[in-house]
Amino acid sequence: MITWRSLFKRFLSDPVAIGAGIVLLLLVLMAVFAPLLAPQNPYDLMQIDIMDSELPPSWKDDGDARFLLGTDAQGRGVLSTIMYGTGISLLIGIGAVVVQAILGVTLGLIAGYKGGWIDAFLMRLADIQMSLSTLMIAIIVLAIFQAAFDANVYADYAIVMLIVIIGVAEWPKFARTVRSSVLGEKNKEYVDAARVIGLPARKVMWGHILPNTLTPVLVISTIQVAEAIMTEAALSFLGLGMPVDRPSLGSLIRSGFEFVFSGQYWITLYPALVLIALVLALNLLGDWMRDVLNPKLRRGDD
Amino acid sequence: MSAQIKPVPSPQTDHIVETRGLEVRFPLPTHFLSREKPVLHALNTVDVAIRPGETFCVVGESGCGKTTLGRTIIGLQNPTAGEVYFNGQRIDQMDEATRKPIRRDMQMVFQNPYASLNPRRNVYDTLVEPIRHLMPEKSAAEQRETVEAVLAATGCDLSWQRRLPHEFSGGQRQRIAIARALVTNPAFIVADEPISALDVSIQAQILNLLTDLQAERGLTYLFITHDLSVVQHFGTRVAVMYLGQVMELAETATLFATPKHPYTRLLLDAIPKLEGGSFDKPRTPGELPDPVNLPKGCPFAPRCPLATDLCRAERPKLRVLPSTGTEVACHHTE
Repeated sequence: MITWRSLFKRFLSDPVAIGAGIVLLLLVLMAVFAPLLAPQNPYDLMQIDIMDSELPPSWKDDGDARFLLGTDAQGRGVLSTIMYGTGISLLIGIGAVVVQAILGVTLGLIAGYKGGWIDAFLMRLADIQMSLSTLMIAIIVLAIFQAAFDANVYADYAIVMLIVIIGVAEWPKFARTVRSSVLGEKNKEYVDAARVIGLPARKVMWGHILPNTLTPVLVISTIQVAEAIMTEAALSFLGLGMPVDRPSLGSLIRSGFEFVFSGQYWITLYPALVLIALVLALNLLGDWMRDVLNPKLRRGDD
Repeated sequence: MSAQIKPVPSPQTDHIVETRGLEVRFPLPTHFLSREKPVLHALNTVDVAIRPGETFCVVGESGCGKTTLGRTIIGLQNPTAGEVYFNGQRIDQMDEATRKPIRRDMQMVFQNPYASLNPRRNVYDTLVEPIRHLMPEKSAAEQRETVEAVLAATGCDLSWQRRLPHEFSGGQRQRIAIARALVTNPAFIVADEPISALDVSIQAQILNLLTDLQAERGLTYLFITHDLSVVQHFGTRVAVMYLGQVMELAETATLFATPKHPYTRLLLDAIPKLEGGSFDKPRTPGELPDPVNLPKGCPFAPRCPLATDLCRAERPKLRVLPSTGTEVACHHTE
């Protein structure tokens, strides 16, 4: 496999990759160190004053120097909520894709390699899963969950619930991608060569076939992170996502939506710009990785 | 084992590999409501016995089952019926734990060196895997020694070890694939058209390498090919296959000098020659019968100039001709 050092060298020779990497790194650092960097803690009710609500960005005439990007309807600084919200969005996006990938890659690999009734069963299961829209499943499960537990319990477990629901609902995308790659790979002679020495199916699948199917998995992973963040935003819009007191980027965009036409555009605009930057950086890095991980485009000893 | 089962006569141990009544049938995909269950007959009662140290060639048109024969003997394909023996032990139904030590002795070289090496593994990782799996007693240093010794023996440079397959030419890749087949020091190698994907200039190099390795290590080859000129120079004995059956089996020199089966004669006549103008000759009419609906009699009867009603009714079995020692499956040849 490609070494980390050669990966780094390739990275440094591609300006687009560097740009996307820097943006992503800044956003991740901003999210991770939000408690240290943010001017206020939007989770701390003691620091929030309703009298500060709907202030414009600080460079405007009636702006406040404490709130660089203005405040929302509850008097929280938009900059601070973005810092905390980015972390929550990233966590849900990446967490959901990890769940999707673990489920989808495992089931897709088994379906493609074993074939026969196992394949037919798993793929019909995937068809059923795909015919139920992610939002519909999420709405039903989250509505039941919200009704069954009180608001505090819901707030504590909302992230976990969103990760699991979005993860489980979207596994067929990974499963189908991996399965189709496996079907292309499993009849190649290097797989036969591994079977000739009696390597168990588990090792053939994970050690030989899987590494040759990872390129499309990496590419869809990035798209799926963006998609998971979007799904979460849609759920928040419906009041089923992150609660208002622990906002994600999606819920921030939503919370400013009703003020856009009354002039308080900043509540929606700045979280939206951060979301766009995040998704774009992820997609550009995914494209770059696809090129680098293609064995036909690289040399092993460089 | 129940005592009622008749004791199977033990296969002759002077054969390294032996098949008995080997049959492979592939069920074809059908609509799940259809009553017909069409089956492709890839191998039909194939009995071959390979002697240690020889190069046993299998020739035939594409689709005649020669690759299936190799894959069944090596264990990539399970036989529908029949038995496969290695050094007198039946291996086709053996459980993996018992079979593992035998796998060291049986290896395979594939047709396409562009597909037979995992594109994401470097040469060392590819070569060390059979040792790690089949000879777990070897230490890391011994593994490295073995890999380097085999690389040297197959004419590979030791500096190749950290490089990936796509950096090599077809001939170099086939050397690496041969090296992989040799790391467990096998006695028997199935070579499935190992040179047909290579340039003509490289083909000779690889054939010479295989010949040298056979002399050094006493290897036995099952050499599958469609190229009769290779067989003539390389083979000890030849089996001519047609539609999943062995039609003729003889020493190479005997087969080329006195071909007995009409199909063998047809194949030898089809070799393009400079003089004689083989393109002007009348072509043998008829196509291969459908391997799904095999004719009742001899599969070659529709194309055969000697065919009679007997041929169309009854399938000939392999019999030994006393004159040359050739085994032939034909009612009419002497």
